[in-house]
Amino acid sequence: MTTSSGATVELRGVTKSYGSHQALAGIDLDITPGEFVALLGPSGCGKTTALRALSGLELVDEGSIVIDGVDVARVPTNKRDIGMVFQAYSLFPHLTVLENIEYGLRMRRVAKADRRTRAAESLDLVGLSHLGERFAHQLSGGQQQRVALARALVTRPRVLLLDEPLSALDAKVRVQLRDQIRLIQTELGITTVFVTHDQEEALAVADRVAVMRDGRIEQIGTPEELYTSPATPFVANFVGLSNKVEAQLVDGTVLVHGEKLAPLGTPPESGPVTAFIRPEDIVFAATGLAATVVASSFLGSLRRTSVRLADDSVLSVQHEVGFAVEPGDTVHVRFLGSAVAVEPRD
Amino acid sequence: MSAASKLGTEPSRLTRFLILSIIGLLFAVPMIALVIFTFKAGLSGGQTLDHWTGLFAPDAARTYRTLFTGIGNSLLLAVVTIGIVLVLLMPTMVLVHLQFPKLKRVLEFICIIPITVPAIVLVVGLAPVYSIVVKVLGGSIWTLAFAYGITVLPYAYRAIQSSLDAVDLTTLSEAARSLGANWLTVLWTVLLPNVRRGILAASFISVAVVLGEFTIASLLNRVNLQTALLQVYQSDPYVAAIFTLLALAFVFLLLLLIGWLGRSRRDRTTS
Repeated sequence: MTTSSGATVELRGVTKSYGSHQALAGIDLDITPGEFVALLGPSGCGKTTALRALSGLELVDEGSIVIDGVDVARVPTNKRDIGMVFQAYSLFPHLTVLENIEYGLRMRRVAKADRRTRAAESLDLVGLSHLGERFAHQLSGGQQQRVALARALVTRPRVLLLDEPLSALDAKVRVQLRDQIRLIQTELGITTVFVTHDQEEALAVADRVAVMRDGRIEQIGTPEELYTSPATPFVANFVGLSNKVEAQLVDGTVLVHGEKLAPLGTPPESGPVTAFIRPEDIVFAATGLAATVVASSFLGSLRRTSVRLADDSVLSVQHEVGFAVEPGDTVHVRFLGSAVAVEPRD
Repeated sequence: MSAASKLGTEPSRLTRFLILSIIGLLFAVPMIALVIFTFKAGLSGGQTLDHWTGLFAPDAARTYRTLFTGIGNSLLLAVVTIGIVLVLLMPTMVLVHLQFPKLKRVLEFICIIPITVPAIVLVVGLAPVYSIVVKVLGGSIWTLAFAYGITVLPYAYRAIQSSLDAVDLTTLSEAARSLGANWLTVLWTVLLPNVRRGILAASFISVAVVLGEFTIASLLNRVNLQTALLQVYQSDPYVAAIFTLLALAFVFLLLLLIGWLGRSRRDRTTS
């Protein structure tokens, strides 16, 4: 299969409403050729609507959707030259795997011999060349989604759209297919937009992640930027784990249990705030805040322990597996001093 | 084991056999009686093949002209009725299913109504309509298919709807569109093949309903299979019985055809 050059994608002031509910409240997004962007957010945040608007399956109320310099906001789906993989299994049940993959080429009136060759190549790309004559119901969920990916890629689309394609799969297959998608995307250099509600998935595969909330993009950045420098408390809370700790903001400094931490972004006015502190930014120490171990979980390469402080608040601490504690143990914890996201507390 | 825990368990083999035998007899006895009747030589009780061979006599076409006219009319009506189902009902249902799912209940309600209206009441309502239809389109028999299109609605609707519900047509059609297919191509290459079984069932059930319809044709003074059978029955009950059997056999064959044609390449691969 030949390498695609990838297209630029620009969304400008895109809005979409369903009755009184505004699903997209003015989305602006720039995607460079060959980039892999994930739209991440909770249910109802508008991420799927944004993807469907990009595909043409939903017509937008206002704004422009520009692919390679051409506004396609009013262009029907079948003329947008996109490839799409859906959350639900979408292989045509009456066609074999190869016929499914050939479908897009048939629509483009590609000669039969060429169709067969390209479909076989595409199937080979997802590692299922031995299943060409099977029907959808004879495949596992993971295989069906891989065939759907091959079908979406065979036409060499300008943009690949992935609408939670892994959500129906079990954990192991999910990770395998996730990595395979990333590998193929990198190999082909195709501009890709991936919708997911799973932050781990988004952080693992995307070049950039757009965190969405209430029809808007709350923050867009590399996975590292989102994790280490969340622009808002929502992003801090949604991406990765955070301890919500009661604190005071005094003269631009966050006071948490007597320790001073720097706030991320533009801090609110001085007063009571909630600070979002990552579990890995809290450590066990010989001295510090006295606490009692509540529970400790083994997570393979690390361990996460919940401790109760004197004021009855509970903190989650991430530490190495070698340091084992038991519920009831008395320990001391300290904050590492990393900057934290804060939001005013009522 | 308590009585409650037995609830929901499968009936025993004997119980199933008895239930099926009783139901089978309910269907079989009248038909066997009808078959025997067609071989009766009058009230004397003897057996004869004359009633069957008489159908192939040189003057049979003239003798049973009404009957053959009725058969021809009924077959024409069946074809036009199927046309109405396929051209009007099926696309409407697909459109509602994909684009206006909120209207599903309304459409279902409308389609079920004819089953609750007795044919005699329907005819009373249709009589003035047909006086206009005759003026506009003439009194040709095929116009009766408009009425039959209404009477088959509940059966055709159910058959098609069960097929529509069995597949995620929304996702399939969206997938096809994302691959470059326009709506007509989506309908032809994706939707129709996946609701084929429902369309076949709706078509054949429509044929069965049309072949068995008597009230509307009779009260609107049209000749169809059933009105012709009644007419022939009054002069030759044996021939009427033979044609009733043949009509039953025809419908039975149609039902077998549903099963056979409804099996897709996919089903055959599985089995």
